[in-house]
Amino acid sequence: MDDAVTKSEIINALSEQQRHLGYRDVEFSVKAILDHLADSLADNGRIEIRGFGSFTLRYRKPRMGRNPKTGEAVELDSRYVAYFKPGKEMRERVNNL
Amino acid sequence: MPTETKTVTKASLAEELYERLGLNKREAKDLVEQFFEEVRSALEDGRNVKLSGFGNFSLRDKSERPGRNPKTGEEIPVSARRVVTFRPGQKLKARIDAYRGDE
Repeated sequence: MDDAVTKSEIINALSEQQRHLGYRDVEFSVKAILDHLADSLADNGRIEIRGFGSFTLRYRKPRMGRNPKTGEAVELDSRYVAYFKPGKEMRERVNNL
Repeated sequence: MPTETKTVTKASLAEELYERLGLNKREAKDLVEQFFEEVRSALEDGRNVKLSGFGNFSLRDKSERPGRNPKTGEEIPVSARRVVTFRPGQKLKARIDAYRGDE
């Protein structure tokens, strides 16, 4: 799992499939897709990609934490975290052990 | 109350490519579909996916654990499985950290 697939590999693979589009168009398109997803998520929008999964923000309540070095108690603010729920097809295809 | 933001779907992403990049509708739709298929098939092949500026999809192997049918209370083991997790990249994480909701 250390040989992760990167964005540029995906752009290469897509431009092989979309030969009439040209590399730059594919590159811009992938960037536009990712920007759009990030903008939406950062603004608490909902993303639902059928067969892939959905992304939402989840609220985390404020809580008391500890500084791991000093052991001192610190108050942690409430915050939001990104949550990805894989879709059915994704779950089934990935779980192929 | 959360702001009324439109849900992002494959169709709305295709619309975005059509409007902003001038792809025709067919190309835009195909490209969006193929993009998610590339990510999914990499994961299916057991490879993690790193999308800089957005985040990483990682595979995790879970071992079997005891479970229960929530309706009947019957004990049934949850089988070993491989699952996908998503972690936002630094840039997106910083933006999410800055999000404070609407209160």
